[in-house]
Amino acid sequence: MPAQSDGSPAARDDARTHPLRNLWRLRPYLRPYATEFAWLLLAALAATAASLAVPLVVQRVVDGPVARHDGTGLLRLGALALLLGVAEAVLIFIRRWTQSSSSVGMEAALRADLYAHLQRLPAGCHDRWQSGQLLSRITSDLSVIRRFLSFGLLFLVLNLVTYAAVVVLLIRLHPWLGLLVAASAVPLFLISRRFARHYHAASRRMQDQQGDVATLVEETAQGLRTMRAYGRGPELAARFGTGARTLHDIGLDKARLLARTSALFDLVPNLTLGVVLVAGAAAVARGELTIGELVAFVSLQLMLIWPVQSLGWIIANGQEAATAADRIQEVLDTPPTIVDAPHARALDRGQVRGRLRFERVAFGYPGAGSPVLCEIDLTIEPGETLALVGATGCGKSTLLSLVPRLHEVTAGRITLDGHDLRDLRLGSLRRLVGVAFEEPTLFSMSVWENLTLGRPDAGEDEVRAALALAQAEFAYRLPWGLATRVGEQGLSLSGGQRQRLALARAVLGRPALLVLDDPLSALDVHTEALVEAALRRVLRDTTALLVVHRPSTVALADRVALLDGGRIVAVGTHSELLAGVPAYRAVLSAEPERQHGGVGLVHS
Amino acid sequence: MTGAPGGPPPVPRPRRPPDDDVDLSRWRGRATDPDADRSRAEDTTPEAVARLRARSRALLGRLLRPHRGRLGLAVALLLVQNAAAMAGPYLVMLGIDRGIGPLRAGDAGPLIAVAAAFAGATGAEYAARRGFLSRSARIGQAVLLDLRRRVYAHFLRLDVGFHERYTSGRMVSRLTSDLDSIAELVDGGVDKLVMAALSVLSVAGILLWLDPPLAAVTLLAFPFLFLLSRWFARASAGAYRRTREAVALVIVHFVESLRGIRAVQAYRRESRNQRIFAAVNDDYRQASLAAFRLIAVYSPGIRLIGNLTAALVLGYGGARVLGGATEVGVLAAFLLYLRRFFEPMEELSQFYNALQSATAALEKLAGVLDERPAVAEPERLVRLPTDPRRGAVAFRSVTFGYRPDTPILAGLELTVPAGQTVALIGPTGAGKSTVAKLLARFHDPVAGTVSLDGVDLRDLADAELRRAIVLVTQENHLFSGSVAENIRFGRPDADDAAVEAAARAIGAHPFIAALPDGYATDVRRRGGRLSAGQRQLVAFARAFLADPRVLILDEATSSLDVPTERLVQRALRTVLRDRTALVIAHRLSTVETADRVLVLDGGRIVEDGSPAELAAAGGRYAALHRQWRDSLI
Repeated sequence: MPAQSDGSPAARDDARTHPLRNLWRLRPYLRPYATEFAWLLLAALAATAASLAVPLVVQRVVDGPVARHDGTGLLRLGALALLLGVAEAVLIFIRRWTQSSSSVGMEAALRADLYAHLQRLPAGCHDRWQSGQLLSRITSDLSVIRRFLSFGLLFLVLNLVTYAAVVVLLIRLHPWLGLLVAASAVPLFLISRRFARHYHAASRRMQDQQGDVATLVEETAQGLRTMRAYGRGPELAARFGTGARTLHDIGLDKARLLARTSALFDLVPNLTLGVVLVAGAAAVARGELTIGELVAFVSLQLMLIWPVQSLGWIIANGQEAATAADRIQEVLDTPPTIVDAPHARALDRGQVRGRLRFERVAFGYPGAGSPVLCEIDLTIEPGETLALVGATGCGKSTLLSLVPRLHEVTAGRITLDGHDLRDLRLGSLRRLVGVAFEEPTLFSMSVWENLTLGRPDAGEDEVRAALALAQAEFAYRLPWGLATRVGEQGLSLSGGQRQRLALARAVLGRPALLVLDDPLSALDVHTEALVEAALRRVLRDTTALLVVHRPSTVALADRVALLDGGRIVAVGTHSELLAGVPAYRAVLSAEPERQHGGVGLVHS
Repeated sequence: MTGAPGGPPPVPRPRRPPDDDVDLSRWRGRATDPDADRSRAEDTTPEAVARLRARSRALLGRLLRPHRGRLGLAVALLLVQNAAAMAGPYLVMLGIDRGIGPLRAGDAGPLIAVAAAFAGATGAEYAARRGFLSRSARIGQAVLLDLRRRVYAHFLRLDVGFHERYTSGRMVSRLTSDLDSIAELVDGGVDKLVMAALSVLSVAGILLWLDPPLAAVTLLAFPFLFLLSRWFARASAGAYRRTREAVALVIVHFVESLRGIRAVQAYRRESRNQRIFAAVNDDYRQASLAAFRLIAVYSPGIRLIGNLTAALVLGYGGARVLGGATEVGVLAAFLLYLRRFFEPMEELSQFYNALQSATAALEKLAGVLDERPAVAEPERLVRLPTDPRRGAVAFRSVTFGYRPDTPILAGLELTVPAGQTVALIGPTGAGKSTVAKLLARFHDPVAGTVSLDGVDLRDLADAELRRAIVLVTQENHLFSGSVAENIRFGRPDADDAAVEAAARAIGAHPFIAALPDGYATDVRRRGGRLSAGQRQLVAFARAFLADPRVLILDEATSSLDVPTERLVQRALRTVLRDRTALVIAHRLSTVETADRVLVLDGGRIVEDGSPAELAAAGGRYAALHRQWRDSLI
């Protein structure tokens, strides 16, 4: 449950790569806004210049009109200060207005790309990852990056420019004092470097822990009924409490680090100001400096306090953005392993005869010791229906998932009409294959949308036919008919209803290949008989691979293959196998009591 | 967007997808519950908004109450810091007006005194700031932890009906994104907030003390500041509320579509999903943009008022110096103080973002905490009779429906004596699962009572009820953790031997033993790899270990193969021998082993008797039974 390094996407980068490398790699997202950025940087610099000019005006006021009792001069300079003030505000407005659209635009673009990438990654990757970790990446991490790119980065540039400009002005006012202020950058630099190092580690820990807590939350949301059925609220709350406590502890560490540093960032400019005041007063006493110059000097130096103070926040923000970028690049760097081959071709529905052939196919999950499937040799002729039979957990569902390439064979090949599946365009292959999983997945969308998941172009009649075939006409009687929202956020349907909708979805548009995983398991006997009768008509001219647990459903198949220990141990018609293969009888025999070594057949 | 790993993908500028806008708004379909998208408290009427705001303030008060002492100290430190910071410009003024003259005369005393005071103030500011920051962080983190736990625990307490309405995605969004935005404020905003208020007050005070006429000019800015801030507060509260709602939709779509990634890929749903995601993502972008634009107006607005005031002070103050009414040092101090006056307010607008978004989030959380569980713990607990083998269940004129206008059960009467195994069959929608859920008290009946051993379920403590009655559904959720931990979910104090015994009894031992790490195998990481049947076996072992008086099985064996199901059934026969059981199954093989069969249709019991009786009676069961017999081979 806690952050396992392998629970997070992709392996961690080599520790020696630069901590900001992944942040730097996000620069293309800034590119569309390059002109805006140039403008807003210009506006920001101009605004800074305007605000820097004000103390100089004050100096003129003190040394000029005030000293010379010049009323009109005072008015002129006052008007100038007014003008500068208005200009600064307008420039800040321009900067912020431009900035807001570019920063949220970047965030949205990055989020959309992450989502697109995640959709391309194979199911195997998703099984490995904690869902909460992904969620925290598209929300918290992205907003951290947005904050940095919109504020942190800009202020970093702006503050550095301000610092340099002020120091130059100060040196011009009074070289020695100016150099003194410049020297105060040295301790600031040392403090920042140390802080950045520590904060980097802390913020990564924090983000990982945030992902873990999100995972706990997501899991709780999923398992809520189970939790309730067993009354395990207190245990789950304790578990969540531990996760939240860790988050609290890390957060506190981080805050302490920030508190220490940010107090130091306050101290340094204040001390410098004190020294400047004393030395400046002495200089005025010696006549090296006018009072107006001293006031300007101090005012200018006060302008450094905010940039320096904010340095702590900017560095913290930058480090958070850097680690957030790492976490995001970890996702983007995970290559989708199941993709179109360069020479992949598309097959039209009309060209397909539907001869599906497994040739010495093997499959094992990455990182697992023994393969789930090995040496699978199987041919399904066009229009033929083959039932896969085997004990719980013998690999039937895995075998089915290889056909639409949800998983990729680790050895051997699967061919459709002689074409290796890997030589077909994924989109084309998946259009040819209709799938229904053992757990019918319905999304929180209208029934129509759920049915036409893979065929948005399906017509009214096709949908009606599919629903009729799956005995799912109940959908028309839902409160809003096919427009009713079903799935988690909609009307809850019974297991049987969900399964029938999933079946309707699979057969919609007459796919060339049907891959059905125990499609009738949740149906009552009566409905099952009706669906079977309808399905039989469809299967007559469709190549189909079915996983079957019931003798009644086996009757749909022309031939049966018995899967045991990841191998095909027998293929034949139902009656042949029943007569000749004792293991088959054991798996499928209807007699309730006879025991054909049932225990031995429950395989991992 | 086909970036090779390593090379960043080209980035299209986000824009609303050009096609089917109308279509996209239709994809979600119509919800049957008008409250589907929010908690009840989150109505949009002004009164509801005000009520919610009051509740979220009350919640904040409750959260902060335990930290009163520490909060007092933090405020004291903040006052010290503020005072020390305020001393700066005043000391500058003193240095200029009082230090330079004597120094010219050769007396360094006053300047040294000013320098010492300055050093003291700086030191005090450092210490106070550091102390305040770490103390406020401690309070903030403690409040966050408390809030996180409260909301989580409250979600657990809320009834199944609420969750079906509210949905998991939204719950996730509340507990992640909303809490994050509060954390963001806690991390870097609270001190700015308080400091700004303090600065404004103390600067106003000091200015009045230094030079009242000049201060009066400064105070001219106040009404403008007030008006601007009030406009901003009102406008941005609404804007940020919209962003919270928009981000929840992003999260819901993200979580749900990735959870069903196999279906997404098998049905080439990616592009349409991407369009939908782009649409919700874009809504979120626009909501955020609207909020940021408000700041883009507010922040320079403050700056403008500040600058105008400064120019005014410069002109008027200069004139006063000219007229000899005040000194140059005072003017300098005035200008410096004005910076301290407007700067924190502007800085505040940086964090106003965090503040408003946290306020909106807190409102959402307050809305959740405001929900009362429809299935609540009783006020007066009644204990179950303690003799070991009981488990009599009775439904007395039970009426229930998920929506008031469509009752599913109407006046259901059912008595199950202790120890009986009852099979419930009937067509989809007959109300079988509803009976199971009522017995497991996922919902309370609208009228009538459900009782166990003569005690109304509503009078039982949740812990006791759950020990006595366990419902196993086809859902079979496995929590992350090992197989053993998942079985132990049924009885947390069970030792390893008991866990294994339960697995053996149910026939799950062979497959578990064959997993790479046996019982210690992490199910989450092989979540995709345990088959549906295997998950059902683990769920069964879990129920077996829980050893309840009443066991409810709702389609719990649908994914098992025949031998395994037979094994489970054999085990069940031992398990259920002296236990009350309610079994919902479509397979008559399961039904045949029951003591009694109830055929349910339209929420009514239409047949009731032993399997043999009913098979002979020639009713619906007999018909189903015949059909099933024919289907066997």
